[in-house]
Amino acid sequence: MAEINTGGGGGHKGGKKRSKKASTRVDLTPMVDLGFLLITFFMLATTLIKPQTMEINLPRNDKIDKKDQTLVKMSKAITIILGKNNKVFYFFGDTDPKTHLEPKVEVTDFSKTGIRKMLLDKNKDVVDKIKELRKLKDKTRMTDEEFKKEASPIKADKDAPVVMIAATDEAKYDNLVNILDEMQICNVSKYAIIDLSQHHKDLIKPVDK
Amino acid sequence: MTAMCDVAFLLLTFFMLTSNFTAKEPVKVVTPASISEIKIGEIDIETILIDPKGKVYFGIDGQTHRYNLLKAMGDAYKITFTPTELKKYSLRATTGVPMGKMKAFLNLPDEKIDLPSAQTGIPSDTTVNSEFRQWVYYAKKENPKITIAIKGDKETPFPVIKTVMKTLQDLKQVRFNLITGLKEVPKD
Repeated sequence: MAEINTGGGGGHKGGKKRSKKASTRVDLTPMVDLGFLLITFFMLATTLIKPQTMEINLPRNDKIDKKDQTLVKMSKAITIILGKNNKVFYFFGDTDPKTHLEPKVEVTDFSKTGIRKMLLDKNKDVVDKIKELRKLKDKTRMTDEEFKKEASPIKADKDAPVVMIAATDEAKYDNLVNILDEMQICNVSKYAIIDLSQHHKDLIKPVDK
Repeated sequence: MTAMCDVAFLLLTFFMLTSNFTAKEPVKVVTPASISEIKIGEIDIETILIDPKGKVYFGIDGQTHRYNLLKAMGDAYKITFTPTELKKYSLRATTGVPMGKMKAFLNLPDEKIDLPSAQTGIPSDTTVNSEFRQWVYYAKKENPKITIAIKGDKETPFPVIKTVMKTLQDLKQVRFNLITGLKEVPKD
């Protein structure tokens, strides 16, 4: 009798009858391997996080007439200068035009007791009102847009402080983002990024050790 | 064994549906953290990438936009690019090469083109017609709906940021976004 050789070329085992039934068991291990390979690929090549942004509006560079410029009350003006090694210098107002007294320049940093404490103190009225509004929001379940609408006139209050931010050449981008962040945390809505003048440099020189 | 296979494919389907491919960037940038929770848009974004050394890279959304942008820049600088070079440019999300070296850069072989040292950054000094200013100008012309996003590293020196912002101000692009990581709102 002829043998049914299912083994292919070299498997010539004489005399034994081989069964014609093909095996119905399929080994699934390679499929699982493929599955995990694809997962690993997707885990490494994609991201679940969408990056966050901070929105900035800069003033335009158009020439403005002197008389159209809104003058800032000396008592409400705070100037913040970013220095090297995460140092923050600040002073209130500017050189008194009558007495030529230089404003006192303080040094601080970005910790909780640093610039944030100063800004929260200066902006106390606005901060308290916003806190009240937030409590009201939780109680009455206001929507986010309504909250923003209510909050903006509070923040734009005429007596709210105006902050001017300048930075030395040794400051880092991180410092800029942190100070803009502090503006948001302390609910200061009136701020501007200005150029560092020689006057500013002279003011911080004695305090910058 | 089939149960393991099911789990594997379920995880795979989850990742395929919920994640987005990240674009390959020329340098690794660690953005500073902020409490801002506004998410960046999906399309029509112009990315200005600034690495810790102050090199500026530029990119916009959409392959056809990138193709047209390089063509417009080529016309402005009197350089003609072949369609293959234009296509190669349009496949990369952000590039930072001065126009003078652009042709040579696009003709580099694939292993060399992805090296961080291949891209030297776009010149962005404050001289009136810096190359960076031209890139921003033509990008806006190409896609008027574009929103500008600046992605800087924590250690990027401030003067570079200042010149970038000044250039944008000169071009009347005064609204832009800074890409940041997320930080928790501090409890006071």
